[in-house]
Amino acid sequence: MQIVSIKRLRRRELRSKLVRSGVLFFTLLTLLPLVYILLYIVKQGIGAINWSFFVQLPKPVGESGGGIANALAGSFIIVGVATLLAVPIGIASALYLSEHSNGQLAGAIRFCVEVLVGIPSIVVGIVAYDWLVKPMGYFSALSGSVALAIMMLPIMIRSAEETLKRFPTSLREASLALGVPYYKTIIKVLLPCSLSGVLSGIILSVARIVGETAPLLFTAFGNPYLTTNILRPMQSLPLLIYNYAISPYDSWHQLAWGAALVLLIWILLLNILTRIIIRRWSVRY
Amino acid sequence: MERPILEVKDFHAWFGTHEVVRNVNLSLHRNRVIAVMGPSGCGKTTFLRCINRMHELTPGARTEGQILLEGEDIYRMSPIMLRLRVGMVFQRPNPFPHMTIYENVLAGYLLNNIKLNRNDKEAIVESSLRKAALWEEVKDNLKKKGTFLSGGQQQRLCIARAIAMKPDILLLDEPTSALDPISTAGIEELLQELKKNYTLILVTHNMQQAARVSDDTAFFYMGELVEFAPTRQLFTAPQDQRTQNYITGRFS
Repeated sequence: MQIVSIKRLRRRELRSKLVRSGVLFFTLLTLLPLVYILLYIVKQGIGAINWSFFVQLPKPVGESGGGIANALAGSFIIVGVATLLAVPIGIASALYLSEHSNGQLAGAIRFCVEVLVGIPSIVVGIVAYDWLVKPMGYFSALSGSVALAIMMLPIMIRSAEETLKRFPTSLREASLALGVPYYKTIIKVLLPCSLSGVLSGIILSVARIVGETAPLLFTAFGNPYLTTNILRPMQSLPLLIYNYAISPYDSWHQLAWGAALVLLIWILLLNILTRIIIRRWSVRY
Repeated sequence: MERPILEVKDFHAWFGTHEVVRNVNLSLHRNRVIAVMGPSGCGKTTFLRCINRMHELTPGARTEGQILLEGEDIYRMSPIMLRLRVGMVFQRPNPFPHMTIYENVLAGYLLNNIKLNRNDKEAIVESSLRKAALWEEVKDNLKKKGTFLSGGQQQRLCIARAIAMKPDILLLDEPTSALDPISTAGIEELLQELKKNYTLILVTHNMQQAARVSDDTAFFYMGELVEFAPTRQLFTAPQDQRTQNYITGRFS
């Protein structure tokens, strides 16, 4: 006698197929907004992109053409300075957390890092305003970098800590047993072995803040001219997009779409770079 | 009689409140293989890790008593200087994954920023790998990562790394327990060669291995050093009932 009748078996197979296609459907649904955004921005922005778009300053209203050189340079500088500020603090914190995983202070720091993730970016902007813009008396790229660095920290710390914690005790002991002092073991064994994870954490945190607008509104502020002085107001891609998108001029809208496309490609490249680093440089224990 | 290379006097070791090594007294002589054997949890590995002061790296660990390396109290030395003189090979091969074979052999120098010129480097790499019986197998691949080697080769690389520092004593913590029988035989054969230049202290849970490779054997049981004697004597005419029970397989 058959335990399961053919009829019931059919029904089960059908149900299993249904569930499988349901799961697939909803997965594809999550991709829809992403694909839509990508296609739409490419469609709107590609027309704006040409050589002068990258090397020229925006033209005054009424003149056509012009570019976003000031925003492009500004974004590079602001994000670059933010990275320089955040990396030492972030890596040092991650090291502390991974070396003292169970300590009380580590627990407190970890909790603060969690909270930092949830703080709205505009609030971070206000903090930087209060710390730097108010005492200095004017908006500056540096204050924008500080705001962005604060936003980078939690992402960087968490991913670096995860990588550092995976470092096996056996290798730490191998180094110590050779008479290598603790701090040299950290610098010359632990960090190089964890390099790919730490680097990709840094790059991901950069990718996360490249497009942030709110923290820059009253810090870097924006600037219609090209400047490299980080103590002065500076333009950046997201600020340019924000300002031009709410303007009433078509030529500015066009520049904003182009800038959005550039920003998108930048972030995409950072993500690809992360994958390459993980694939090429990761050390297997 | 010449002065022992290592003397252990009234030595105790704890993890927190748990006493793992109890009142060990021992004198070890040069150019011999000394096996430290005993059942799991008998304190043999902890004892070994006290000799290069790796034990104290565990939080809550402490020791009492003396260990003298050529008459000098190791607990008055800097642990770094001590570890340059007492090398260690671990249970599982642990070559540095971010270094080539060449760099792995020199790791003790590279990581300690000890400057060597190119000729010295090459001489050290070749002689260490030769002593570790690995030279012929890797001489054309010195620039490859150490982790590409087989388990037995990796373990010999770790031995080369330890002896490159020209230590007085080489500690081996069950160095074959993660290896297949052929690699194990290779390492055991190597130990006989190495004792010409070094004093080897080998922790093993494998009695047959202790009998095969060692000149002297220390039998640990429940943290105590039950018996220490030349290997042949310990295996043929044990003085202590517990040793007798262990080597006849009445407990493990």
